[in-house]
Amino acid sequence: MRRVNKGTKVRIGLTLNGRKMSAETEPRTLLSDFLRHSLGATGTHVGCEHGVCGCCTVQIDGAAVRSCLTLAMQAEGRDVKTVESLAGPDGTLNKLQQAFRNHHALQCGFCTPGILMSFTDYLSRNPKPTEEELRDVLSGHICRCTGYAGIMAALKEAVGLT
Amino acid sequence: MKPRPFDYARPDTVDEALALLAEYGDEARILAGGQSLMAMMNLRLADPAVLIDITRIANLGYIRDASSNIEVGAALTQNKLLAWPDLKTKLPLLAAALPHVGHFQTRNKGTICGSIAHADPSSEIPLSLAMLEGEVVLRGQRGERVLKAKDFQKDMLTTAREPDELIVAVRFPVHGKGAAFREVARRHGDFAMVAVAATTDGKGSVRLGVGGVAPTPVVRAVNGNAKDAIEKLASELEGYEDLHASAQLRKDILRNLGPLVIAEAEKCAA
Repeated sequence: MRRVNKGTKVRIGLTLNGRKMSAETEPRTLLSDFLRHSLGATGTHVGCEHGVCGCCTVQIDGAAVRSCLTLAMQAEGRDVKTVESLAGPDGTLNKLQQAFRNHHALQCGFCTPGILMSFTDYLSRNPKPTEEELRDVLSGHICRCTGYAGIMAALKEAVGLT
Repeated sequence: MKPRPFDYARPDTVDEALALLAEYGDEARILAGGQSLMAMMNLRLADPAVLIDITRIANLGYIRDASSNIEVGAALTQNKLLAWPDLKTKLPLLAAALPHVGHFQTRNKGTICGSIAHADPSSEIPLSLAMLEGEVVLRGQRGERVLKAKDFQKDMLTTAREPDELIVAVRFPVHGKGAAFREVARRHGDFAMVAVAATTDGKGSVRLGVGGVAPTPVVRAVNGNAKDAIEKLASELEGYEDLHASAQLRKDILRNLGPLVIAEAEKCAA
């Protein structure tokens, strides 16, 4: 059994975007803050901190989840992927990212990392979704500047829906 | 916001979890999916001294088909049940209700048993369990007990679980006949203002369930004219008012959704 008392710092390790990393944390630290502040992976954004807005969505063992509703301790030993994993090593955007660029699917970009991580998981399970299915998954995210038309256009391009 | 400090424990076995519960009782909270609990902790609405993370206990994320019922373990996520190939034939009510539970992203982590434990009055899974007259399996160091859904959920966010008990599983009786589920929320995936479920046995016996209008799910047999039965239920229920809807609106939603859901259940049984 793993036990860590309040205020006690322990070192935890996890795989972040394919690289083994470790840092100190305490029980109350959220995974979103651990990624940003301890591991320097600031691509993951923090919005509402109660699971509603979707900005902080990352993948743990392939499943898109809210990192603000996950403790850093819970990610110990797990495979975590963030938006930094998507582009190629030379910065080439992947298909989904390129579609977002093509359709101006972002303005301030705050919500974008979460949306990309959600759909990276969802499309791996259902590569040929309907528009309705795309809308359903997108309902787990809030965008406050572009509206959703550009995002839907990008998603449809990425999955070949016309 | 961030949660207040707490002690974290991640047991490897159910026995270890039960020992922690016996030691800390109501000072402790069980962390499974955390899709309600972590939000409440971040908002400082919950402040446990000890958090018992059961997500690494082996073999708690199971679906067991016991022919007359389907038992799901404490760590089974909502999306795992939704992806179960037999769901539509054995538990069509859950197949219809689960897509309304939060969002794809929260169902990846949120658990079936956690939703039962949280007992939100507008929540879809407790309503489904009540509709199907399912059971909750509770285990503590003193032993195991099995409660009927109606005996388990006592009030708004209040259950019959003792502080030293863990919900190890819930059992949904197999109901392969007609079932339908609809709800009204401001945005798909938000808390339902009102959720309505119906089941039929294909021989004219209809049951109607409502969430979000009373502190716990309300389930009634519908005898005779469905419209009259729905009207009677709507006038009997007090309803409650909050930020999202007035009591009157909640009752009116029931009056509107009730006939649709019953008709859908009957169509799917035919």
